[in-house]
Amino acid sequence: MDEAREKILKGAGGIPDREARRLSGGAVLALLGAALVLAVFGSFMLGRYPVSLGQLLGIIFHKLSFLNIEQTWTDTQAIAVLNVRLPRILLAVLVGACLSAAGAAYQGVFQNPMAAPDILGASAGAGFGAALAIFLGLGSVGVTAAAFGMSLVTVALVFFVSRRAKGERVMGLILAGIMISSLFQAGTSFIKLTADPTNKLPAITYWLMGSLVGADNEELRFVLWPMLLGLLPLLLLRWRLNVLTLGDSEARSLGVDAARLRPAVILCATLLTASSVSVSGMIGWVGLVIPHMMRRLTGSDYRYLMPASMLGGGGFLLLVDNLSRSLTSTEIPIGILTAFIGAPFFLLLITRRGEYNGRS
Amino acid sequence: MVEVKNLSFSYGERPVLSDISFRAEEGELLSVLGSNGVGKSTLFRCMLGLLPGYSGQVLIAGQDIENLSARKLARLAAYIPQTSSPAFNYSVEDIVLMGCSSGLGVFSSPGRAELARVDWALEKIGIAGLKKRCFHHLSGGERQLVIIARALAQNARVLMLDEPTASLDFGNQMLILSQIKALAAEGYTVIQTTHNPEQSYMFSDRILAIKDGRVLAQGSPRQVISQETLSLLYGADIRLSSLFGDRVRVCTPAFLADK
Repeated sequence: MDEAREKILKGAGGIPDREARRLSGGAVLALLGAALVLAVFGSFMLGRYPVSLGQLLGIIFHKLSFLNIEQTWTDTQAIAVLNVRLPRILLAVLVGACLSAAGAAYQGVFQNPMAAPDILGASAGAGFGAALAIFLGLGSVGVTAAAFGMSLVTVALVFFVSRRAKGERVMGLILAGIMISSLFQAGTSFIKLTADPTNKLPAITYWLMGSLVGADNEELRFVLWPMLLGLLPLLLLRWRLNVLTLGDSEARSLGVDAARLRPAVILCATLLTASSVSVSGMIGWVGLVIPHMMRRLTGSDYRYLMPASMLGGGGFLLLVDNLSRSLTSTEIPIGILTAFIGAPFFLLLITRRGEYNGRS
Repeated sequence: MVEVKNLSFSYGERPVLSDISFRAEEGELLSVLGSNGVGKSTLFRCMLGLLPGYSGQVLIAGQDIENLSARKLARLAAYIPQTSSPAFNYSVEDIVLMGCSSGLGVFSSPGRAELARVDWALEKIGIAGLKKRCFHHLSGGERQLVIIARALAQNARVLMLDEPTASLDFGNQMLILSQIKALAAEGYTVIQTTHNPEQSYMFSDRILAIKDGRVLAQGSPRQVISQETLSLLYGADIRLSSLFGDRVRVCTPAFLADK
C-alpha cells in the first residue's frame, strides 16, 4: 500500500511534467495588456495621413482635458485620428475581445473545445437581420440595429426550442443552434437571390464577409453598452466557469447550480456576439482560435484564460484590421483575413508535436 | 450522518426505487451492492439533490435535503463520480480548488484560505507531489485520489463515491479502498456503490444490498455477504469460501465450485 502511494508521490512511471509553465498567469496578462496598448498606439499612426507620436498624444490630451496644448497638428490630422481612426481602432479591439471572450465562455459552458461564438445561431441571425435591412434600404444604423436584434431573437428561439427538446440539455441546445442557424442562412440566401444585383446584392455580400470599414462613433456608441454588459459579468464569473466545465451533476454536487449559471453565461456571451457581429459582419475564427491560443499561454483556468482571451482577441483583431486596411490599396474584408490566418494557425496548433491543451 | 427514509422514485411509470430505508453513521463505511441497472446510481442522484420528484426523505446531518440549496447541500455531502474527465486540461491544484466553490460568493475567486485548504487536502490524501501535474496526464488511480482530495476540500462530512474502484487495477483498488476506509475511521460518513462483494466484505462496516429497487438485505458484512443473499442479489448460483480466519470471503460460481 505504502509502496503504491510512494510511487504516486514521486510520479514514477508517469509522464515527466512539462507543464510547469514558464510564465505565471499574471505575467501573461501583463504582457498581453502591454502588447495591446502598444498595438493601439501604433495603429493610430498607421494610415493615409501620417501622424507622429507627439501629435497623436497632443490630439488625445487636447480632446480629453481641454488642456491648453500648443497645436502641432493640422485639423485634418485631428479629424483622421478622432473621427476615423479612434472608432475603428476601438471597435476592432472591442469586437476581437468580445468574440474571443464569447468563444471562451461557450467552450466552457458547453464543455466543448470546438464551440465558437456562432454556435447558438447569433451570427446566422445577425446576417439575416442585416441582409433584410439592406434589402429594405435601411441606413447604416438600421442595419446594425436589425443585425443586433435578429441575432438576439435567433438565440432566444434556439434557447426556447431546446427547452422543449428531449434528452440531454446541452446537446439539445447545440442541435437546435445548428438547425436554426441553417434556417436563417437559407433565409439570407433567399434575400440575396431576390435583392437588386447592381447595388443591394454586393452590399449584402460585402457585409457578410465581415469588415470594419466605415466604423464610426455612432456605431461605437450603439454597441458599447451591450458589450460592457456582456464582458463585465464574464470577468466576474470567470472562476465559476471552471466548475461549469465539469458538467451539471458534478458542478451541482460542488455547490454550483449549473442550471441557473449556464443561462446567465450564455446570455452574456450572446450579447457579446450579437453586438460584435452587428457592427463588424461575420468575422469567423477569432472566437475559436484565440481562446485556444490563450489556453497554451495561461492553461485552462478561466481566472486567467478569460481576461487573456479578451486582451489577446482585441490585439489580434486590431492587427488583422491594420493589415486589412494597409495591405493593398483597396481594403480586404477582415473576415477573409481572419480565416486566412486562423485556419492554418489552427492546423498548426493541432498537428504540432506535444500536447494540445484542449482535450488531450 | 445520513438517513434515508422510505425513498421511492420512478422514471415515468417505471418504478426504480421502492421504499428504501437505511442509515449511515459517522465513522462508517457503507457499501451499496446491487446488480447493473438496479437503481444504485438513481439512489445517489436522489441523495445528491440531482433528481427531484422522489417520495420519502433524505436527511443529511439531520437536515432534509429537499429544502437545501445546491450550495448548502454541497457543504454537507461531497460526491466522487466514477470517472471525472473535464473537457479541458486543468492542473491538480485547479481541480481540487473547485472543491471550495460552495464556500465562495458567485463573483469571487479563491484566495489564500482556499489555497491552504487545497494543500491540506492533498497532504491528507498523500498526493502533495501531484499538485502541479496536469489532471489529464494522471493514471486512473491518481485521478480518483485527486477527486477524493477535492471532496475533502469541500469540507463536507459525508462522502459519496460511485464505484470508486470500477476501472482500477488491483493495487490501485486497494489503495483507494484503504484510503476511504481511513477517512471513515477518522469520522467521515462514507457511502460507496460497488460491484465487488468480496471487497465490500473486507472493507465495509455495513452493507446495503438492493435488488429490483428494494432493500434485499442490510447489516454487517458477515450478515449480508452470504451464499443465499449473493445468489439472490446477482441471480447466479454462488458458493462462498472463507479464508484467513473469515477475514476474507471469496465468491465462486457454483458450476465451478461443485464440479
